[in-house]
Amino acid sequence: MSRPAHRRPEYHKINKDLFVLTYGALVAQLCKDYEKDEDVNKYLDKMGYGIGTRLVEDFLARSCVRRCHSYSEIVDIIAQVAFKMYLGITPSVTCNNSSRNEFSLILDKNPLAEFVEALPAGRSSLCYCNLVCGIIRGALEMVNLAADVTFLQDRLKGDSVTEIGITFLKKLDEKKCRRKK
Amino acid sequence: IAEEALFLLLHNEMVSGVYKSAEQGEVENGQCITKVGQGLTERLTKDTARFKDELDIMKFICKDFWTTVFKKQIDNLRTNHQSIYLSAGKQYLEHASKYLAFTYGLIRGGLSNLGIKSIVTAEVSSMPACKFQVMIQKLWNTLK
Repeated sequence: MSRPAHRRPEYHKINKDLFVLTYGALVAQLCKDYEKDEDVNKYLDKMGYGIGTRLVEDFLARSCVRRCHSYSEIVDIIAQVAFKMYLGITPSVTCNNSSRNEFSLILDKNPLAEFVEALPAGRSSLCYCNLVCGIIRGALEMVNLAADVTFLQDRLKGDSVTEIGITFLKKLDEKKCRRKK
Repeated sequence: IAEEALFLLLHNEMVSGVYKSAEQGEVENGQCITKVGQGLTERLTKDTARFKDELDIMKFICKDFWTTVFKKQIDNLRTNHQSIYLSAGKQYLEHASKYLAFTYGLIRGGLSNLGIKSIVTAEVSSMPACKFQVMIQKLWNTLK
């Protein structure tokens, strides 16, 4: 894949283990701070939201995505460009309903959970990667798209795949349509 | 390989959220980052030979470990036989205070996983340089 000439690839990279381990340490700390899984999930989502609102700027500056005209184009870009850029994976996309505002991202591999063997005892409702849902939600909101983003399936909970559901809430206004994450 | 922007934003959120909320302060939050340091040294030393002595371990921290985290080596490693000084230099320009707490934890965790108990303190006497002082337990015992 060719990169724009001005980009210095080395500058933007860090060691993946460092990132994955730091995320794990964060979740471990939150589990100590909060007894209920829902509270940890909510906190992760909130942090993710804060990250997403800023990350979208970085994404738009560095990718050359074109104007989108539909929700499915947007989700395709999230899966094929954004996930690839930030997590090194490309989830597959499915559309879940005929009004075409509900989508799923199916992840075979989840790099954030690479060192997680199993959820801790008594934490069966923990959405370990809930940060990602918050990031997607925050980023979409920065480009005027409201969406609900949650984990529908999670390998860490025993499901066969990890599935993130994205439901767009507001009708996409064509005039306001911008490039998104 | 991962994207730096994502990591920096995550760290930012951690600093403003998690660090602020624990009134008990450094100790508790240092703990969770210590685990990161431990995990990192495990991954990095997986295939390397056993370290000969403490100096070897400190060299590892200054070169491989530091490069993994900050993309360059520590500028300076000195010892006065009571403590060991690591001088981190210019790379702290943008990230000074944010990274201090993170770095304490990383160094302590990394060393503890290699069998060394230590106390790490940092000094930022002239920005952007930063000096870390690592006091190793064995060396304390030889002090009167």
